[in-house]
Amino acid sequence: MSLSDERRAPARLALPELSIALGLMACAGIAIWQVVAIPVSPMYSKVGPTVFPYMTSAGLVLLSLLLLISAVRGGWQPQEEKDTAVHWRSVLFVAAGLLANVVLIKPLGFTAASVVLFVLVCHGFGSRRPGRDALIGLVLSLAVYFGFAKALGVSIGSGFIENLLGG
Amino acid sequence: METLTQLANGFAVALTPANLMWCLVGTTLGTAIGVLPGLGPALTIALLLPITYQVAPEASFILFAGIYYGAMYGGSTTSILLNTPGESATIVTALEGNRMARSGRAGAALATAAIGSFVAGLIGTAGVAFLAPVVVSVALAFGAAEYFALMVLAFVMVSAVLGSSAVRGLSSLFLGFVLGMIGVDLQTGQPRFTFGLTELLDGVNVVVAAVGLFAVGETLYMVSRLRAGKDEVVPLKGSLYMTAAEWGRSWKAWIRGAFIGFPIGAMPAGGAEIPTFLSYALEKRLSKHKEEFGTIGAIEGVAGPEAANNASAAGVLVPMLTLGLPTSATAAIMLSAFQSYGISPGPMLLQTQPALVWGLIASLFIANVVLVFLNLPLIGLWVRMLRIPAPQLYAGILIFATVGTYGISQSPIDLVVLYVLGAIGFVMRRYDFPIAPVIIGMILGPLAETQFRRAMTISNGDWSVFYTHPLSLTLLSLAAFALLTPFLFSLIRQRRMRGLAHVPGDA
Repeated sequence: MSLSDERRAPARLALPELSIALGLMACAGIAIWQVVAIPVSPMYSKVGPTVFPYMTSAGLVLLSLLLLISAVRGGWQPQEEKDTAVHWRSVLFVAAGLLANVVLIKPLGFTAASVVLFVLVCHGFGSRRPGRDALIGLVLSLAVYFGFAKALGVSIGSGFIENLLGG
Repeated sequence: METLTQLANGFAVALTPANLMWCLVGTTLGTAIGVLPGLGPALTIALLLPITYQVAPEASFILFAGIYYGAMYGGSTTSILLNTPGESATIVTALEGNRMARSGRAGAALATAAIGSFVAGLIGTAGVAFLAPVVVSVALAFGAAEYFALMVLAFVMVSAVLGSSAVRGLSSLFLGFVLGMIGVDLQTGQPRFTFGLTELLDGVNVVVAAVGLFAVGETLYMVSRLRAGKDEVVPLKGSLYMTAAEWGRSWKAWIRGAFIGFPIGAMPAGGAEIPTFLSYALEKRLSKHKEEFGTIGAIEGVAGPEAANNASAAGVLVPMLTLGLPTSATAAIMLSAFQSYGISPGPMLLQTQPALVWGLIASLFIANVVLVFLNLPLIGLWVRMLRIPAPQLYAGILIFATVGTYGISQSPIDLVVLYVLGAIGFVMRRYDFPIAPVIIGMILGPLAETQFRRAMTISNGDWSVFYTHPLSLTLLSLAAFALLTPFLFSLIRQRRMRGLAHVPGDA
């Protein structure tokens, strides 16, 4: 398939695909560096803990080389994807929501962080009623906190809202 | 006969009120997540893995199996009414099903999909019940070298053969291997790929990986193409009941689909895409109404592939239960649920856990009956779910993703890992890398390594075990053949086609 993809476009270096191939190669490099760092006891020297990691790293190097060749020959991204531009502004709002969640979940607790996440993600997806979204987010995350998490016996960080409600 | 006795015992387990309740919860939840775009059975089961600390294994596997089957039923509703295949296995259903819906025959399309799923589900589940003991009797003779060879074959099939590109499929698989190797090596206690971080000693949690790659990745992907135009839900018109002519055209397609789907699903290759495409091609060839294909929608083109999809989903349980070999992302997550109970699936499972295995199989029969009722008389409810607006749907998915991840150890680091994997999942979606091999590689990779090292330890470090044992040699040759043949073919074809125009879909 990769070969037929190449024929579709005239052979031209595809930058995004090239960075994916190089990224995978970097992963392989880091993997090898980490495998070398694994101390091997002579007891296990025949089939120790490094044999499989070495095989995996070698496979990654080979695969990233094949991807590199494919990228140089024009890449492999499906035409339908190429024609669809990434709507970065929307992605940014979702990413901001995720970041806010990581930062806020410890100090403010699950529910408050989830409301912020909910409102930002809804905005990213084109909703323009933050007040209503905040309310939906609040109801949903409380339902999740008291229903799902308690029922499963999972403890998710409680914050001021949960404590207020006696959770 | 022994199978029937065992199955009767299984029904005794599955028909207890508590287990019936789990079955009902599972099938309902499964249908819901199958209907909703962006959620799948693998992700849902991953989110529910903490339940394994709370209830007996029978209960959680009956729940998971209900979700697994339910998602297949629900997925077809979305394909037919929305033309957005919930998962790759329902692409074919969307082809004809959505055309039928657009020409006012949504009811018949939904009915043939649901009843076809039921028929195929029964055939497939019966197949599991009768085939599993047979596979076990063969598998008991397997040594470590054979297991390793079998896993290599499964790796090649799920990543290289069944996707759109062998190189990209294998890249996904190897990424999964690396993720699976992070943490302490169980045999020597050495930390691997941890960068000296104590947080990584326990490895990357499979929940984080599945939720990140599937849920967060999908959300980022959907928001990135927000302006790319949306599919509209076709209003449900016409009766849900099929005419005599439609029954006549459907039933043979169901049977044929089931008998294509089950054997392919049961092979250590898995995958529901191939059988659905095969069934579609077959029905198109055999149909007396060829003019309906691709125009107003042919009912055989929905009935056959839907049946094939469900039968292959049942088939996947055979290697999973008898060999401990998951060939789909969902089966891989179920395997990690077994591990969480300290049960290792394999040939001994049927003997050591008969109540669990046969209870599970019996509950699959029950689930099928429940699902027909959930999906036909109650179809209006699921159609309403399709109207949940995207912003609130995806925001809600991210909240569930947070619960599943943060609940593991209340560590924001886990959330960072989750979102990094989400970003990787987004890039993979956009650049056509399959996700399922990552999950399979992550869970099956360490098991393959264990078998590999066991084989090498028994043989005292002699590599020849893999090619002097005839079975192991056969399996490895099959894997090499499956891996290399497409490469050679495309090389030959490229040489021949040089200068000719590209024909879409020729590879």
